[in-house]
Amino acid sequence: MPGFISAAGKYIIETASNAGYGVVMLGEALYWVRTAFKRTKDIAFQMQVCGIQSIPVTLLVGAFVGMVLALQTGLSLKPYGIQHLIANIAALSMTREMGPLMTAVILAGRVGSSLAAELGTMRVSEEIDALEVMSINPIKLLVMPRVVALTIMLPVLAIYANVVGIIGAALIGNIQIGIPYDAFFRDCMNSLELRDLYSGLFKTAVFGLIIAAVGCSEGLRTTGGTLGVGESTRRAVVNSLLLILISNYFMTSIIFRLFY
Amino acid sequence: MIELVNVHKTLGGKNVLDGITLTIERGETFAIIGRSGTGKSVTLKHIVGIMMPDSGKVIIDGVDLSRLSRSELLAFRKKFGYLFQSNALLNSMTVFENIALPLREHEKMTDSEIEALVREKLALVEMDGTQPLYPESLSGGMKKRVALARAIVRDPEIILYDEPTTGLDPITAASVNNMIRDMQDKLNITSVAVTHDINSAYTIADRIGLLHTGKILQVGTPEQIKNSQDLRVKQFIQGIALGPLTA
Repeated sequence: MPGFISAAGKYIIETASNAGYGVVMLGEALYWVRTAFKRTKDIAFQMQVCGIQSIPVTLLVGAFVGMVLALQTGLSLKPYGIQHLIANIAALSMTREMGPLMTAVILAGRVGSSLAAELGTMRVSEEIDALEVMSINPIKLLVMPRVVALTIMLPVLAIYANVVGIIGAALIGNIQIGIPYDAFFRDCMNSLELRDLYSGLFKTAVFGLIIAAVGCSEGLRTTGGTLGVGESTRRAVVNSLLLILISNYFMTSIIFRLFY
Repeated sequence: MIELVNVHKTLGGKNVLDGITLTIERGETFAIIGRSGTGKSVTLKHIVGIMMPDSGKVIIDGVDLSRLSRSELLAFRKKFGYLFQSNALLNSMTVFENIALPLREHEKMTDSEIEALVREKLALVEMDGTQPLYPESLSGGMKKRVALARAIVRDPEIILYDEPTTGLDPITAASVNNMIRDMQDKLNITSVAVTHDINSAYTIADRIGLLHTGKILQVGTPEQIKNSQDLRVKQFIQGIALGPLTA
């Protein structure tokens, strides 16, 4: 029993310490956003690597999420004769929830892991120490561009995912349920309001911040050589996903309370 | 002047530095020798402030590093150049970009001025012409030279060398030793080198200190160390497997 309590206590302290490091690092990165105009090249490069190169996988995910959403919803509603509501459900679900969430989940795996691996490798090969010795703040040089890039690009990717998801849903709605395309898209447009789009994009921007902060934080705290880099990469993905899911619930609650 | 005053540091439950006290005068080259894993690199990292002591003080030119804020420490490090054991070149940047990085971050220089200064420093280490190459395409000796060019690009007052000849063949190691000695003669700066290569220490150092179990056992000129009657010093410089250092 004492061993369990000691281990639990150690875990809690370690988790709190890691979380504290991440929060302080993110705060400092946000402070250095004021120098972003001097680092447009770095930010643009990160937007390309983290964002634009993620478009193919995001489109694929968006399409299949929309398709399975339409399939499941259509099959469930058909016995009641209200399967035409697929369009409304697909549009609202994709823009408010599924588009932002699935985009964030995919990027947590794809980008979060690469951030942790890249910065972790720099840490174990003393490149981060070299920057500090050259009086160069690694958070200003390395973390800030990544935070800015992901906060901008995730909402952009979510828009792509939403559009492709709705198209995928329309495809299934037509093939499986027999809903004409023009009726489907008309119902989509009628059910959507701007607040649905904004709420989804706001959440996605927060998810981008989370992925960048967790990935960079785990990378900068890497110890223990190549094994440590692997550990950091794994933790970056798991912790990003957990924070995304937890924050999604609370943000959704607050948004509904305030705007719906 | 560099002063370490009764510096203690524990890492992973082990007393790596156990009351180390050392003074290095301005303009001298001091070599810290010792067995692998005795805290030589940790000592160097304390001098530049990458690590902070658990107790004791590190005083550089009258400034206690532990009293500086993070931003003050970052600014203070401008007087240092550091040659890492692993060279620590940024692999995502070319040779030119690696050396130009501190200039672009801290100096108000035009692109052509930066280009000229980088060429000058690379010429000092006989590596002019490698500007467009990436570190992965350089040999170990070439990386060492490029890393040294980066360390001296802002004309530091103090250069720290962490195992400068480790992993190099004897000819390249001798060439690096000569380069360090040349740098000292030309730039007249304070240098601190940590090494387990005793011949390297004899070549480059004005004074040598033997570090063991977290303390400096003896300090002397190369001649004094060579002729030392201390059995621990003799064991190290003669490379004897069994003795007081390994008891």
